[in-house]
Amino acid sequence: MNTTPKLKLVMIGNGMAGVRTLEELLKLSPDLYEITVFGNEPHPNYNRIALSPVLSGEQTLDEIILNPLSWYEEESIALHLNTLVYKVDRIKRIVHAKTSDGEEITAAYDRLIFATGSNPFMLPIPGVELEGVLAYRDIADTTAMIEATKVYSNAVVIGGGLLGLEAANGLSKRGMQVTVIHVAPWLMNRQLDRVAGNLLEKSLKERGLKFCVGAQTKSIEAGPNGRVSHVVLADGQRIEADLVVMAVGIRPNTDLAQSCRLHCENGIVVSDTMQTVTDPRIYAVGECANHRGVAYGLVAPLFEQGKVLANHLAQMGIARYVGSLTSTKLKVTGIDLFSAGDFMGQNQDASAHPMSPVAQSDYEEIVLSDPHDGVYKKLVIKNNQLVGACLFGDTVDGSWYFKLLRDGRSVADIRDKLMFGESNLGDVGHEGHSSAQSMSDSAEVCGCNGVNKGQICKAIKEKGLFTLEEVRKHTKASASCGSCTGLVEQILMFTAGGDYSATPKKKAICACTEHSHQEVRDAIASESLHTIQAVMQHMNWKTPNGCASCRPALNYYLISTWPKVAQDDPQSRYINERSHANIQKDGTYSVIPRMWGGETTADELRRIANAVDKYAIPTVKVTGGQRIDLLGVKKEDLVNVWRDIGMPSGHAYAKALRTVKTCVGSEWCRFGTQDSTQMGKDLERALWRMYAPHKVKIAVSGCPRNCAEAGIKDVGVIGVDSGWEIYIAGNGGIKTEVAQFFVKLKTPQEVLEYSGAFLQLYRLEGWYLERTCHYLARVGMDHVKEKILNQPETRVALWEQLKFSLDGEPDPWFEFDQARVDTRQFQALELTAQTP
Amino acid sequence: MTPNTPTWIRICHLSDIPRLGARRVDRPQGPQIAIFRTQDDEVFAVLDACPHKGGPLSQGIVFGRSVACPLHNWTIELEDGCARAPDVGCVKTFQVNVQDDTIYLDAHELNSNIESNH
Repeated sequence: MNTTPKLKLVMIGNGMAGVRTLEELLKLSPDLYEITVFGNEPHPNYNRIALSPVLSGEQTLDEIILNPLSWYEEESIALHLNTLVYKVDRIKRIVHAKTSDGEEITAAYDRLIFATGSNPFMLPIPGVELEGVLAYRDIADTTAMIEATKVYSNAVVIGGGLLGLEAANGLSKRGMQVTVIHVAPWLMNRQLDRVAGNLLEKSLKERGLKFCVGAQTKSIEAGPNGRVSHVVLADGQRIEADLVVMAVGIRPNTDLAQSCRLHCENGIVVSDTMQTVTDPRIYAVGECANHRGVAYGLVAPLFEQGKVLANHLAQMGIARYVGSLTSTKLKVTGIDLFSAGDFMGQNQDASAHPMSPVAQSDYEEIVLSDPHDGVYKKLVIKNNQLVGACLFGDTVDGSWYFKLLRDGRSVADIRDKLMFGESNLGDVGHEGHSSAQSMSDSAEVCGCNGVNKGQICKAIKEKGLFTLEEVRKHTKASASCGSCTGLVEQILMFTAGGDYSATPKKKAICACTEHSHQEVRDAIASESLHTIQAVMQHMNWKTPNGCASCRPALNYYLISTWPKVAQDDPQSRYINERSHANIQKDGTYSVIPRMWGGETTADELRRIANAVDKYAIPTVKVTGGQRIDLLGVKKEDLVNVWRDIGMPSGHAYAKALRTVKTCVGSEWCRFGTQDSTQMGKDLERALWRMYAPHKVKIAVSGCPRNCAEAGIKDVGVIGVDSGWEIYIAGNGGIKTEVAQFFVKLKTPQEVLEYSGAFLQLYRLEGWYLERTCHYLARVGMDHVKEKILNQPETRVALWEQLKFSLDGEPDPWFEFDQARVDTRQFQALELTAQTP
Repeated sequence: MTPNTPTWIRICHLSDIPRLGARRVDRPQGPQIAIFRTQDDEVFAVLDACPHKGGPLSQGIVFGRSVACPLHNWTIELEDGCARAPDVGCVKTFQVNVQDDTIYLDAHELNSNIESNH
């Protein structure tokens, strides 16, 4: 056993950001610290953003507890509830606290975390101290509001922002007559523009709320019993109120930090490692922290901060927090609203906005407004990038816009489609639904794993899930084919509100690493890394030998970046690529021999027929790609079936070139303009054995009737009288995606060169498991055209690289040694009775 | 016969299993057993049937002391045969004896669990 004393970690505050930090820390380094937590509320960590559903009666208090007391016990965390820390002695490194019973508690620390959150701001007006005037911040406030709804009937909410409107909605749902007083000219003015704000007011009015917008609150008056009775506005108007909820904003809680002379400025100022700039032993996380001038109030960025802080505490020291973009979603059931980024665009108040020096003419807006259906969408574009979005009534594409916003990718090539959103029309597997909000609870969201909307909502609420990853883990929704990812994100967004953690901009490959696919690709190329072990070492992998997600990706990146140098690692390949056949649900395999361009001969068919008889293969099927599939082959028969059939591997099991589908073309067809079959055979012979980030399918049609269905292939070639049209990045799978016109060419030689160059670009730039349609959506058609069409020397170089990579590549069905096929796998070990 | 004293049966040499890989052991009757070799030459044996839908674990990708089922990517911990949370379910494990790089399984255990756990 390790006898070195543990370091002492003390945390002031027991809220969501702080406790998430501890969870992350315990994952990374469970035994490094002896942990003490002080919380001044009587509750263990609960889901503060779920207070609104509690207030409106959609959830109970028990349901929003995130970490029950038993969790603190299991993790050996000393938890002091009802205890207020009143002094931090930074010289002696001791924290002084007092319980609600007056008992003194001290705790020494080696590392200290301030997670003190924020305080509601109370307007300094007469009457603010009266009985019946509340803030809306914690369980106590919520309970007091719920109690009030049982006795009283008139409520006033001061503040028409996110929190105020959620409070007003909750009180109204519990039967109170609610008036919202808002000082700005429209509701949620920090998140919405005027048009959307007015639409919101209209639909909330239809739900029975009353509004005084653009109104200043002057004072609060007491009735004869001393309790609040009226709110008085600056214009003299008096509004009856037995309950006043003040929701005009929050202020980082920095009293304690200031008293121990930590530098504060609208929050405790921290560096990118979440350390206070004053004392490196002390950290701040969550709403109390000011990072690069911003104190965040939403959960997603706070969790990102927690992750960085945990990483630093675990002495891994590689993570930095660089700020977050946030988006907003109102948690009022039935109201659809989304905003993100710089949503004001050219109409913004130049003095109020940090980006004011930018000339307003740099902003462009695309607006769709349909007042009848209550739909309003505004997209703000600057320098060809989406910088803001404000949606009301139809927020289906909110997560897509948010992704474009964070990625900062040029939208020049998709401007004309931008307003109409990411086409969900082609997606299959969820009854054609594209708007999660309109789905019933029993509607199936994930067609692969049979998960319905109600199950997902329930898991999000009860288990306190915030990220897509967490939802996948707990419900399996979107964990298989991924076609419902957009729907699941939508559900997450409106169930967890603006606090859901969208897929971060930089997404780690898997839990084994902090690094993204792009970072790994870049490092492999620039640092000349040639083995999986070298990559893991160089990039500080957290696990000794990765996992089933990252190892296949690394293996692909290595062999595609360093052909003939990096050695293929079969143990890091999925079983299909290790046994060179497709595993079936019963553990047998399928065999699909290659037929160039879909053409076969009597001899080949005879050999196939004989093998089917000899090995008693139960099913023979013609595939969608014009090949013959032998299903139900036993693993021990694979090698013999390959040998008996004597045809090359069809790679139907691999992330590689699958088939080149062809029509009969001008050789036979009376409409044919080009010899599509020959073109298909030439393409297939040139490109077979080509591993890629995902499977690659090609088709060649001999005329625009397009019988080979080239419009939904990764590369589609269509013969016309004057030559060949090339289409790229189509997809006929989960997401039906029509291939986009790329270029028109004259000769078959050009078709080979241009197709090959595009596929090589995809092989070098694609992320593992990214189909060409997703790759193109990420990098943009302009980028591909620039490299292949505008730079002839790049095109030629890419084509040469691909030919070099494929030259001499073995056929894994016959050249076992060169293809590194471990043939021992095909035989089971026999039992022989021997004792040691 | 005392069930507590194992009767070791030689299965194969350590080098017969690829590192971060597995082999199947054929039992005359009953489902096959998967034996795994980790990067550090630890050896584990479990029934070759995932607790989820009976997928052949011997065909999965091995990492750390775990294997990913090839059918639906459940992660099974090789030490105790149990699925990693939030998936639930365990597969029968078998005692392994490695001496001088030779791998042995217990005859009693080999003759038990003839019926698949699925």
